[in-house]
Amino acid sequence: MRKTVISLENVSFQYENQSNFALQNVSFDIYEGEWLAIVGHNGSGKSTMAKLLNGLQFPQQGEITVCGIGLNEESIWEIRKKLGMVFQNPDNQFVGTTVQDDVAFGLENHGIQRDDMVFRVEDSLKKVKMEHFLNQEPHHLSGGQKQRVAIAGVLALRPSIIILDEATSMLDPKGRGEVLETVRALKEEDSLTVISITHDLEEAAKADRIIVMNQGEVYREGSPEDIFSLDDELIHLGLDIPFSIKMSNAFRQKGIDLSKHYLSEEELVNELWTFRSKI
Amino acid sequence: MMEKMIIGRYVPADSLVHRMDPRSKLIIIFLFVCIIFLANNFTTYVLIGIYTFLMLGLSKIPVRFLYAGLKPVLWLVLFTLLLQVFFTKEGSLLYELGPIKIYEEGVRQGIFISMRFFFLILMTSLLTLTTTPIEITDGLETLLHPLKKVRFPVHEMALMMSISLRFIPTLMQETDKIMKAQIARGVEFSSGPIKDRIKAVIPLLIPLFVSSFKRAEELAIAMEARGYRGGEGRTKYRLLSWNLSDTLQILILVILTILLILFRS
Amino acid sequence: MDISLQNIEYRYQANTPFERLAIKDVSIDIPNGTYMALIGHTGSGKSTVLQHLNALLLPTEGTVFIGSHEIKAKQKNKNLRQIRQRVGIVFQFPEHQLFEESVEKDIIFGPMNFGVSEADAKVRARLALKQVGLSEEILEKSPFDLSGGQMRRVAIAGVLAMEPDCLVLDEPTAGLDPRGRKEIMDMFYTLHKDRNLSTILVTHSMEDAARYADQIVIMQQGQVVKQGTPVEIFSSVPELVDMGLDVPEVVRFQRKLEEKLGLRLEKTYLSIEELSTAVAELLRGAPV
Repeated sequence: MRKTVISLENVSFQYENQSNFALQNVSFDIYEGEWLAIVGHNGSGKSTMAKLLNGLQFPQQGEITVCGIGLNEESIWEIRKKLGMVFQNPDNQFVGTTVQDDVAFGLENHGIQRDDMVFRVEDSLKKVKMEHFLNQEPHHLSGGQKQRVAIAGVLALRPSIIILDEATSMLDPKGRGEVLETVRALKEEDSLTVISITHDLEEAAKADRIIVMNQGEVYREGSPEDIFSLDDELIHLGLDIPFSIKMSNAFRQKGIDLSKHYLSEEELVNELWTFRSKI
Repeated sequence: MMEKMIIGRYVPADSLVHRMDPRSKLIIIFLFVCIIFLANNFTTYVLIGIYTFLMLGLSKIPVRFLYAGLKPVLWLVLFTLLLQVFFTKEGSLLYELGPIKIYEEGVRQGIFISMRFFFLILMTSLLTLTTTPIEITDGLETLLHPLKKVRFPVHEMALMMSISLRFIPTLMQETDKIMKAQIARGVEFSSGPIKDRIKAVIPLLIPLFVSSFKRAEELAIAMEARGYRGGEGRTKYRLLSWNLSDTLQILILVILTILLILFRS
Repeated sequence: MDISLQNIEYRYQANTPFERLAIKDVSIDIPNGTYMALIGHTGSGKSTVLQHLNALLLPTEGTVFIGSHEIKAKQKNKNLRQIRQRVGIVFQFPEHQLFEESVEKDIIFGPMNFGVSEADAKVRARLALKQVGLSEEILEKSPFDLSGGQMRRVAIAGVLAMEPDCLVLDEPTAGLDPRGRKEIMDMFYTLHKDRNLSTILVTHSMEDAARYADQIVIMQQGQVVKQGTPVEIFSSVPELVDMGLDVPEVVRFQRKLEEKLGLRLEKTYLSIEELSTAVAELLRGAPV
């Protein structure tokens, strides 16, 4: 049995002055060490989820537990140490005037001693490969670099969970690749739990588990393979399906039998090779 | 034009003045602004001049750069000089041409006041040229720390300053972007009657305000998520280090003060 | 309207210590009705090129021809407004340019600046709103009360209402979800066809370049390094990879498959449909 790090129980949330619930009766668990992708179109409630997990908003109903602690006004500071967040806009989360000041910001907030701070700043910048930019100012960095600094700022606090709240959606493909690669490596190294909130299905395809949100509710939950077998349903939800699924669907239509529904590109290539040798 | 202005700009270099503690630099500038008013004769002004140029030399800021940057300000100095020369009517008459009368005291006052002005500009530019804005903020925060006792929000003020500094370049880029978008929609920012030009600022200012508010909101959320809850219990990453040279510099200024008091008339 | 850039160069802050060469010796021809994709890394100079297309930047060397207008380096250039009226630019995150109190006022702002009467501009606003897929109900709303996706559409409508002959699109779908992205790109393509516009799309998405463009220009370090039809461009995968650029998924897949099967298909396919048909034929018809 895997250990649960976050659990949501019947959580509902409504923004002020809005008639609809942004989240309605949402329940699920997040397990230690997994990469969970929460996907949904803009306005599906996935970003509200991020705000609730970090105590930036509190649910009107239901309960959220993070690392065994019930989330409420008193416990948020304790929880924020365990749960780091990287937001969408690279500029609007860069507080320091230079890279090292920015990474130190969170440490200063938590009253870490200076010697320890110096070590942690350098250490976490090394982990995101930004150690040569210590004194660089933010406007001289690319979006991807800024996001890596934001990740370093989170890492410096030694969290056990990291939430990417559409952290790659404003980046170019290169920046997106950099950021995801960095997080992936960190997840292995430090056995972090990663929650990535995204509408990029290619990104979600590499997760261990996917939760699809629609109109404030959990629409479906499962492995990438389960989720991608939804096919056109995903498109109706305003999402996309990964390329390899589209490709295998096209082959199936042309009368080529494939063994299972979801195949990665490599698997699909192999399958076609087998198909050919059988003839 | 703006590109050549150097007031408020930092010029990176490795010099004695650059390495000084921002606190000592701030103290020196503060004292300098006070003691410059002690100077009232030739000897004392020469002393101040020697000191100013000594500091400039130590800062390794290229003279040509200084000259180009301060040129607009030099006109102001000249203007001050002329104002004194033509409008002071004391001492013996030196020169007369129609209604224009120039008096000895006018010339003396003019030279002294414009010199004072000139040295003040040089020394304060020296502060910003050799100290990064964030160092100045740090220095101010530490120097003003005692004011906390009278409930002056020292930490908040310093944080505000450093965040503003951090966002100046971002806002400049943003301004440029919005300006271009509006020019593409037919706005003329730099030609046409003044009334139209003032009106043209609205499509620039409103988007800037809107986006700044959005930024501020997102920044506040990000800061909170990273555990910020006011200055209480915070530690500091930036370290200021007071060295022997800082003490020496202050000593030199004290000596200058004594000399000024001795030689002033 | 034909557009042509001839040997243009642009230096930022020319004649100051901060001078920086952004683009050098760039020549691009955009005949009327072309859909051109401009591709390159951030900092490759593509946004500098883009700003020359409606005289937001004037070249420091070379000549820009926009319709009958000629913009030469180092010359006093007049009538830039006429050019700007004919070339509409949709900047990245165009919702940042909204400022009026109602959607309608914001959309008619551009046309009225260029001398269109208020009544005509309002007619155009309704049409433009329909084109971007929004209903007339929102005309009286404040643009700042809309959702992000709606704001983006209103901003685009503001450019469309100027009824330009040429549309320049700078990453128009950045930050949108997949559905929004597809809707907006399809909308631009329909407009391009229906109105016989010239369209210049600056993008990172090779998929979009492959799907919509007739011509692709690749820029690197301020210079044009490759120019051709999508099939020509994407036929040489290694070259693109060397430049650190992506290849459309279909092309990448075709190459993987060819490698595994140890053969070469006769051409490069740019859509799933074409590729699957070709492969299916090959698999069924091919003797071992």
